[in-house]
Amino acid sequence: MTGVRVAGVGLTPFGEHAGRTGRDLFAEAALAALDDAGVAGDDVEHLNYGNFMGALAERQGHQAPLMAEAAGLRCAGTRYEEACASAGVAVREAVRAVRSGENDVMLAGGMERMTNLSTAEVTESLAVAADELFEVRAGVTFPGAYALMARAYFDEYGGGREDLAHVAAKNHANAVNNEYAQYQREITVEQALDSPAVASPLHLFDACPITDGASALVLVSEEYAEEHDLDAPVAITGTGQGGDRAALQDRTDMARTPAAADAAAEAYGDAGVASDEVDVAEVHDCFTIAEVMALEALDFFDPGEGIGAARRGDTTRDGDLPVNLSGGLKAKGHPVGATGGSQIAEMTRILRGDHPNSDAVPDATVGLTHNAGGTVASAVVHVLEVAE
Amino acid sequence: MSDPDPDAPADTGYDEWADALAEGGYYIECANGHGNLPPRRVCPDCGSTDLSEEPLPDVGAVATFSEVHVAPSGFGEEPPYVTAVVDFGPVRVTGIVRELSADEIEIGTAVRPDVEHNDATDKRLVVFRPA
Repeated sequence: MTGVRVAGVGLTPFGEHAGRTGRDLFAEAALAALDDAGVAGDDVEHLNYGNFMGALAERQGHQAPLMAEAAGLRCAGTRYEEACASAGVAVREAVRAVRSGENDVMLAGGMERMTNLSTAEVTESLAVAADELFEVRAGVTFPGAYALMARAYFDEYGGGREDLAHVAAKNHANAVNNEYAQYQREITVEQALDSPAVASPLHLFDACPITDGASALVLVSEEYAEEHDLDAPVAITGTGQGGDRAALQDRTDMARTPAAADAAAEAYGDAGVASDEVDVAEVHDCFTIAEVMALEALDFFDPGEGIGAARRGDTTRDGDLPVNLSGGLKAKGHPVGATGGSQIAEMTRILRGDHPNSDAVPDATVGLTHNAGGTVASAVVHVLEVAE
Repeated sequence: MSDPDPDAPADTGYDEWADALAEGGYYIECANGHGNLPPRRVCPDCGSTDLSEEPLPDVGAVATFSEVHVAPSGFGEEPPYVTAVVDFGPVRVTGIVRELSADEIEIGTAVRPDVEHNDATDKRLVVFRPA
């Protein structure tokens, strides 16, 4: 089994790109990734592309060949759809394709356009990731679903809105220097607490924004990197995926995310890395409570301890385990089908030392990314390591 | 965006299940005692295909809830409304709480299931009323 290197990464700025098509956004990220890698588009053997709501937002299905064309690739493409974990799955399958020896060069990433829809339309489109019969028809929105989980968590383990506000403030602080982030500004805990209610107990500043953007990675075999003398020091050494019942009501425990725990166990085992060896993590904080549950599922904190991590300073940039140095989904933005790829792009930059926040973890050699779909009915975890 | 066609294909048991909530409702139990909601051909917990309909307990307890302030477009409910997951023992059911404000609900509040017609979507709407 060959090793997999991240040869190059590309991102569009995350935010509002009114008037730009999805294909233009993805082409920008893909060309940036190829340029960063120093790899010719003609060498790419397959495009693994993540997108969730393009059929609703752009009236555009069948996006993979369209995106290959837009990126100037003369190869086939496949779209992966796993709600907000779409790009994470696209990357995972690219890793598997390289490892198998089937392909030496893959382009993987994703794109989402969301800001061209009204807030109500985005709410409706995202709700499609929930169980249509038993949740969507019953009025469960995406924020509403995480609110149900947040209240279940508070009831089971304690903690409250102020703890969550610290998560939001931390991630905003991390985004200030990130040129790709949607909100490059700090917020205070008080501002988060005072923001309007969206779905109690979650308020506006507990939620990630509505975002347009794209991500792309060039993944290559170690042999290809060596033959072409690529500067590709970061390897993806572990990958894992987990699944769970779609509807919250069917889960044993609404305050836990076992799909993420399963994905993490698989990725740790695959990489031969223990959770306490991880230096830095990018986790799926579509809502502040999601970061808390991720920290516990990833075995960084015991159940009930994740809620206080940001408040205690454990996960801030000067803590033992900085989490979401990119700003996270909360402040960097969450173009849902692109997010999983952007997390790996950010982590690669952090480990290479060319991220604006790399100085927070100058000795980091092991990074983890966690990308969740829906209310974590699916989850993808990757372990990245500095290989040379 | 337009709503799905109300004349779309049948829901393979969902509509019948929702309608039955007006009379107390039922759930699906497999040979190994796992409770689930229809439509089911197989128990997702154990793979059993030996499924039977059992009466839903009369009263459930709120397991978690949220007051939703931003509703999807095309959904009839005017925000804010309270959505809740209610524990009926063998199964949990999600719906909208009637006759109680968010301030009057806590985890453990006893409610009974019912069904309404959502005029905006022309679909059934699962609701809960004080027990």
